[in-house]
Amino acid sequence: MTAQLPALQVIIPLLCAPFCVLLRSRTIAWLLFLAAAAGSLACAVVLAEQVSDGEVLSYSMGGWRAPYGIEYVISGFNTPVLLLVSTIAVIVAVYSRRSLAAEVDSKRIPLLYACFCLNLAGLLGIVATGDAFNAFVFLEIASLSSYALIAMGRRRRALLAAFQYLVVGSIGAIFILIGIGLAYGVTGTLNMADLAQRLPEIYGNRALSASVIFVFVGLAIKMAVFPLHSWLPDAYAEAPSAVSTFLAATSTKVAIYIFLRFAFTVFGATLVFGTLTLDRIGLLLACLAMVIGSGAACFQSDLKYLLAWSSVAQIGYIVAGFSLVTASGLEAAYLHVINHAVIKAALFGAAGLLLLRLGSVRLTDLAGFGRTMPWTFAAIVLAGLGLVGIPLTAGFVSKWALAMALIEDGQGLVLAVMLVSSLLALVYVGRVVEIGWFREPSPVIAASAVTATSATSRSSTAERLPRSMTVATWTLVLLSLYFGIDATLPATLAESAATALLGSGG
Amino acid sequence: MSWSHYAYYLIVALMMIGLYTVISHGNLLKKLIGLNLFQVSVFMLYIGLGAVEEGSAPIIKDGVETYSHPLPHVLILTAIVVGIATTALGLALVVRIFEAYGTLEEDEVITRDAAEHDGVAA
Repeated sequence: MTAQLPALQVIIPLLCAPFCVLLRSRTIAWLLFLAAAAGSLACAVVLAEQVSDGEVLSYSMGGWRAPYGIEYVISGFNTPVLLLVSTIAVIVAVYSRRSLAAEVDSKRIPLLYACFCLNLAGLLGIVATGDAFNAFVFLEIASLSSYALIAMGRRRRALLAAFQYLVVGSIGAIFILIGIGLAYGVTGTLNMADLAQRLPEIYGNRALSASVIFVFVGLAIKMAVFPLHSWLPDAYAEAPSAVSTFLAATSTKVAIYIFLRFAFTVFGATLVFGTLTLDRIGLLLACLAMVIGSGAACFQSDLKYLLAWSSVAQIGYIVAGFSLVTASGLEAAYLHVINHAVIKAALFGAAGLLLLRLGSVRLTDLAGFGRTMPWTFAAIVLAGLGLVGIPLTAGFVSKWALAMALIEDGQGLVLAVMLVSSLLALVYVGRVVEIGWFREPSPVIAASAVTATSATSRSSTAERLPRSMTVATWTLVLLSLYFGIDATLPATLAESAATALLGSGG
Repeated sequence: MSWSHYAYYLIVALMMIGLYTVISHGNLLKKLIGLNLFQVSVFMLYIGLGAVEEGSAPIIKDGVETYSHPLPHVLILTAIVVGIATTALGLALVVRIFEAYGTLEEDEVITRDAAEHDGVAA
């Protein structure tokens, strides 16, 4: 049974998707997604346990041995991402039931859960696969389902956001397809390990260089690296809250993982970072992303847009980490992938609570919300401090690791930019706190307080926040605090990931 | 410059036409058409890779010695399915955007959105 786990963790959510559509029941669809997420988490935990000693698990799909068949590889470099994605999926599954009921037309909910299952299957598939073309197919499964998920947003603007993401995302996917095609053309293989073995012989081949560029530009779109981030703010801000919570925490992170997988274990660090100097380009773009993302976040008038722009900046930190091409840099990148995912999910979760209660997350409508919703406010403050990187939060741990890696590599300028970006983060988090606590309550908040007391109007959900949603949000907040105080778990995972990546490439 | 690989030049030309259409047109439907063109040109790139001189279709048959490489065909079969799904989803979104806004021009959709936004704020 355990031998089949690498395939099972992808197949469970994949099989749940059609049942969600066929059974057409909101509760069953929700239970199926919850079961799929929990099943994947269980698989991920067992797998992580198995490879914790540095072993590499290889699974041949359908019994066809690599390099002819499709191979799934579980090793130190992907278990952190598997654990992250499936944990977030479980928490979002708990969160989503009431959140979606309030934000999405009830007829669409089973379909939405089907997309959720497909998205989860796609993300886990990207992480587990050891075949370049298979990675493209899973990338498209994840992307297509996320376009559909975003289009379910409550405002009509979500449709345009989804369409724009579809166009940009498909261009990215086609770029990846071209790149994989060229690499296949010069080597005749699609298996990642096999590619890694054959490629060094033809370093300097122009088709190979073109292939590297195509794959990485395509992945940069999916990662939303500045300046290819234009799809991200609209997509995350307009999606239903549960969807933005899930996507903000997982989709760009998985793209970052596959980027690292291609860079270190397929094309090889000497080619990608040595000959093609992607490290310097990465550092430059990371600096721009950090400043512009945080800067733009300061000027947003809508909480979800603010959080989305801050994601652009946070991806900059991660890119800066791995662009150093050192063990400590990679470790910092992995740490920040984990910590930022947890923090941003907590913040989007809290934004969903506000949306449910107040019907809006425009900053002007949020004035004074800290007085009527102290717990949600506390969650935003704690997670927001993590975003800034205050000691005792998860953000501090990863930013500290990144700062150390930068100093070690003598990148003083990048460090300075990172500090500026953190200060800007303090500005935008401070703005939310100022509006939420020190301003006089807005009419929206006053009105919501009235409906909460009079208990006459539309929904009982407006009176008290659903417990499942608060619990899910607070789990994420507490998880981020725990990672801030005791960073052993993410640090061990990040360390083994960095060793595995640097060890198996060249 | 060798013209023995003329197919690739044509494919790249088609690719650029598709990409240019996506970027330059404001009409959402035309964007989708451009995207499709871009996608199909990549399919042809793969098929081109699999071509073997004098090779016949990869189906075993008496009297045929050389066959084209079948693997790219199989890969592209998968990619075509992905392409269909993308187009279908894109078209579905276009229909819903038209229902919600009454137009397919991206600029107009954005201005109508901005107008609605200001209306709420005022």
